[in-house]
Amino acid sequence: MALQSLFNRSDVQHGAPGLRGVTVSPEQWRQAAFDLSAAGARLLALWASGANQASHLISAVFVAPEGGGLVLTLPMVNTDEPYTGIAELFPAAARMQRAIADLSGVRSTDPDTRPWLRHAAWPQGYRPLLDPPSQPIANPVADSYSFVRVEGEGVHEIAVGPVHAGTIEPGHFRFSVVGEKVLRLEERLGYVHKGIEQRFTQLPLMEGHRLAARVSGDSAVAFSWAYCQALEGIAQFDVPPRAAWLRALYLELERIANHLGDLGALGNDAGFAFGLAQFSRLKELLLRTSQETLGARYLMDAIVPGGTRSDLTRTGIAALSGCLGEISNEVLTLRAVYDEHEGVRDRFNGAGVVSTELAARLGLIGLAGRASGQAFDLRIDLPCAPYPDLAPAKIVRTEGDVAARVAVRFDEFQQSCRLVQRILSELPDGPHNNPVRIPTDGAVGIGLIEGWRGPVCLALEAGPDGTIRRCHPQDPSWNNWPVLEHAIIGNIVPDFPLINKSFNLSYSGHDL
Amino acid sequence: MLKTLRQIASIGIVSEPPPQADETLRVRDTLQESIREVLGRALCIRHVDAGSCNGCELEIHALNNPLYNLEGLGIRFVASPRHADLLLVTGPVSKHMEVALLRTFEATPDPKLVVALGDCGCTGGIFGESYASRGRVSNVIPVDVEVPGCPPSPTRILQGILAALVRAPGQGQ
Repeated sequence: MALQSLFNRSDVQHGAPGLRGVTVSPEQWRQAAFDLSAAGARLLALWASGANQASHLISAVFVAPEGGGLVLTLPMVNTDEPYTGIAELFPAAARMQRAIADLSGVRSTDPDTRPWLRHAAWPQGYRPLLDPPSQPIANPVADSYSFVRVEGEGVHEIAVGPVHAGTIEPGHFRFSVVGEKVLRLEERLGYVHKGIEQRFTQLPLMEGHRLAARVSGDSAVAFSWAYCQALEGIAQFDVPPRAAWLRALYLELERIANHLGDLGALGNDAGFAFGLAQFSRLKELLLRTSQETLGARYLMDAIVPGGTRSDLTRTGIAALSGCLGEISNEVLTLRAVYDEHEGVRDRFNGAGVVSTELAARLGLIGLAGRASGQAFDLRIDLPCAPYPDLAPAKIVRTEGDVAARVAVRFDEFQQSCRLVQRILSELPDGPHNNPVRIPTDGAVGIGLIEGWRGPVCLALEAGPDGTIRRCHPQDPSWNNWPVLEHAIIGNIVPDFPLINKSFNLSYSGHDL
Repeated sequence: MLKTLRQIASIGIVSEPPPQADETLRVRDTLQESIREVLGRALCIRHVDAGSCNGCELEIHALNNPLYNLEGLGIRFVASPRHADLLLVTGPVSKHMEVALLRTFEATPDPKLVVALGDCGCTGGIFGESYASRGRVSNVIPVDVEVPGCPPSPTRILQGILAALVRAPGQGQ
């Protein structure tokens, strides 16, 4: 009921359809977070904005379990006073709040005040999102970080990273182990922090989608669509139907390509190289068809403000449809191979379990969340065109182990293949792009897109004369990285690569 | 088991012939003649993501798929820089990865090759230089070959890696 009154007071928020926004006082902020948590809502993003010290805002985006989304905005009266932290209600907020302190210099009341995104690149007093841009410090230095120490007889630490033994992004993992069993994992991220949020403010509004696409390269379509959705929301622009359908085509192709890659890599990590060879071949076939029909293997710049960069021809439709049909048939065969392979089953089943209760408490979202009974999917909860027409189903498992995350990928792959075939056969006629007028200074839009990994959120504030005042992209990895620390507990160290891969979280999308 | 064997038999060998080296990608030529002869094409690569968006990594992974079949050419990725002949570096170098990149470079035995990958590795790309980014790879360590693209295709990456290995015109036999 309390949540209902919050929704009743809210206004329409520009950007994602169905999203509402409400400004709250510090007391209401605390109460609203409590009510949202009690209702089972998920925190999708948390950021600070404000041109100067005097006018700071803390904003948070939530999605409710039975659909509906809410943006809370908390104006800060005095930025020297900390705002009320919400990490106890939404554990994922802990690192987001630490990142806000690193980038904007505003603190929460929560106890963990260690820096998160800031290592040694900039001094504590420098606020990248408020102070004028500066050059990097001259001398490269490594800093120290106070990891939590586990003590007891026979406990020792294994430090891994940032440079890993494979083609993986950099991050540091500190395992506390007894024998080969993991007692505790603590992650340290931020190594690929390259100043994306400050960089946004130096780009014109009409070009920000290019940087958004490179927040996390494997989710280029999701982020560039979220950016354009936010921009088109504040410009009050109606996306041409053909463009909306083409965007959904790109998004589902991105999901298919990533799932194919992961399914192969997961087989490989379970010691079944056959899987990698087969799935990576299928992925390559898809990428080549994508190059041929859409002009790129990876759709980094395919979505632009106003629609899509290029159109799809009739021959392109036929080629894509044929390729997808072939691939989806082969995947059926490969799934049967995985299901029957005892070695693979033995490694997948029961590894890295996140129970439904733990997933709910920690706020696991996206693909990994759906493998642990968390039935959130923005394509259904807050659908933008054309998803109400396409009507995908939520694919949910409850086992919460590596096998469940593999099964969700297989099912989502097949569903996305069906969605793509439908898009290809029912693609509306008309323009694939219309001009967008530059929105007014100060307007805020929020884009929400269900990428292959989970919900991607992007908040955009227009500045004067077609500039960007603030842009905050948030990858679902922010929510899921902390849960990985729990998923590994009690498992053996050699299973970590497999469990880690089954989540396949983004470092770049997180480190910004 | 039968399904697995049937699938292997029905797909057959799909590997394609490798592309030619593209020598225009080479920006520096310091490799001793002797080492080229020793290496031939038996090359060990250590990949370092120094700040990439992970787009280039997707295409590096593709090099190992059966169509490009990198290992079939005698080139493989190794787990430690101490085992590597060539560093394949992606991303604008983030300030936070600068030390790790320098240490990786120092840990790689001489003589060594460095290939910078992607628009970001070659120029800093869309991220440029800032409080958090050192920009192009050659701002931090010496680079032999630069392969632009966002991300560069597996064929381009392979052309760049091979360019690091072939003799420059006019250099001994």
